[in-house]
Amino acid sequence: MSINLAAQVNSIMAALILLTSFGLLVQRRMYGLLHLFAWQGLFLSISTAIVGYVSGSHHLYISSILTLALKVILIPYILHFLMKQLHIHKEVEQLVNVPTIMLIGIALVIFSYYLTAPIRELSTLVTRSTLAVALATVMLGLLMMITRRHAVTQIIGFLALENGLFFAATSATYGMPLVVELGVALDILIAAFIFGIFFFQIRTTFDSLDVEQMTKLKEED
Amino acid sequence: MIELYPFIIEAIQIVIVLLFAPLFVGWVRMLKCWFQGRTSAGLFQPYRGILKLFHKDVILAENASWLFRFTPYLVFGVTVLAGGIIPIISLTLPFATVADVIAIVALFAIVRFFTALAGMDIGTAFGGMGSSREMMIGSLAEPAMLMAIFTVSLISQTTSLSNMADVVIHKEFILRPSMAFALLAFVLISLAETGRIPVDNPATHLELTMIHEAMILEYSGRHLALIEWAGMIKLFLFTTIGIASFFPWGISTSVNLINISAGIIFLILKMGFLGIGLILIETGLAKMRIFRVPEFLGSAFLLSTLGMLSYFILE
Repeated sequence: MSINLAAQVNSIMAALILLTSFGLLVQRRMYGLLHLFAWQGLFLSISTAIVGYVSGSHHLYISSILTLALKVILIPYILHFLMKQLHIHKEVEQLVNVPTIMLIGIALVIFSYYLTAPIRELSTLVTRSTLAVALATVMLGLLMMITRRHAVTQIIGFLALENGLFFAATSATYGMPLVVELGVALDILIAAFIFGIFFFQIRTTFDSLDVEQMTKLKEED
Repeated sequence: MIELYPFIIEAIQIVIVLLFAPLFVGWVRMLKCWFQGRTSAGLFQPYRGILKLFHKDVILAENASWLFRFTPYLVFGVTVLAGGIIPIISLTLPFATVADVIAIVALFAIVRFFTALAGMDIGTAFGGMGSSREMMIGSLAEPAMLMAIFTVSLISQTTSLSNMADVVIHKEFILRPSMAFALLAFVLISLAETGRIPVDNPATHLELTMIHEAMILEYSGRHLALIEWAGMIKLFLFTTIGIASFFPWGISTSVNLINISAGIIFLILKMGFLGIGLILIETGLAKMRIFRVPEFLGSAFLLSTLGMLSYFILE
């Protein structure tokens, strides 16, 4: 595989990651969200492996396998288990004004393109053009956390945001040192467990996972 | 080698558009029957339907104006004209230099405008309902369609379909995310524009769900035959626009007879496969509620915009 073809496949992967981010933004069903998140992890893992091949830095292969194990298999499995336990796996979330959310998403993509344009000029890497997509993924994850009210979807938004950060690191600098990546991976795993505990706590307190209910927590005056 | 005059090629192409469009619809209906475990009426049933309608008398409502009588001829004529512009068997068409893809979208808009007017002309409730729904879909589908086409024309730096196809055939093949996005968007838009299943059901006259059928409910005889034929040609043309912009390999680039014949054979093969694809989509999806259609076309617009953005960002 030539470097040129690898770069092309990498930009296809970047496009697919962007597409799954938009899919996460507008998906109503819990299972659908989980599947999209797992797909995003898979594309991220393939992209990391390709960057590893292009740059010849072999520790990226390890982090690619780590992404595959964690974000495609383990975390979706944990979330799936939680959804089963909480009986929300068939739940459909109410979403208002999907076209507006999509338009805001498009605006965020354009914004991140302008933001990363100067960095793009400085960098000499083959994969530098995907930096804008990585930043857009971060912003779309943030937007998802803002627009959703369900605790589980907010967590998926957070994990998608983390995917974006990881993607930015690989595409802009050919990856962080392996120690840092291992640390982050462990953090994400621990976070997934803690989220699970929080879900149960929220549900026993409010009888629902809708975070709007938390407005009740304020003091009466 | 036998060379043909471009005008003869143009004539051959228009005959192909007229004759192959019902054949394609017949093929799609036949596949649908097979997928649903029914016996099909055969490949040539659409021809028989059109012929039968031509033999029947026209029954006009008392208050039908000239607009109502004029619309079928206009719809048919404009659709066939669009069929003369799109490079279907050859890139060297005299009409192709006259109008580009924006003009083709405008031609389809004229068809939609007059069909909607004719739907309201008689004054029945169904006609008005169908017209308002059709215009809603049109207003959402056309910008998305233009965006998808612009994404393709960014790569070839032209809006003429023939030149776009020419560039794709002759340039070195590169994996382009923008083309993939534009193709996805184009599939969604074509389903909406030609009234296929997730948006409209072409096989039903159920009052509450019909869109295109509601507008033409009052037509009969040769008027109905022309409108139905034009509808079949429209489906055929959207497929060929897709072929010309995304898979143009096989369309003849010269004027000699062998290449043109090869172009026709490639066309038949591609149409056969695309018919299977269309039926896989149609049998896999259920018809959506009318209020979900803006979301459906909104995602088509999103995809085509992402395609355009990824051209600038990733390529």
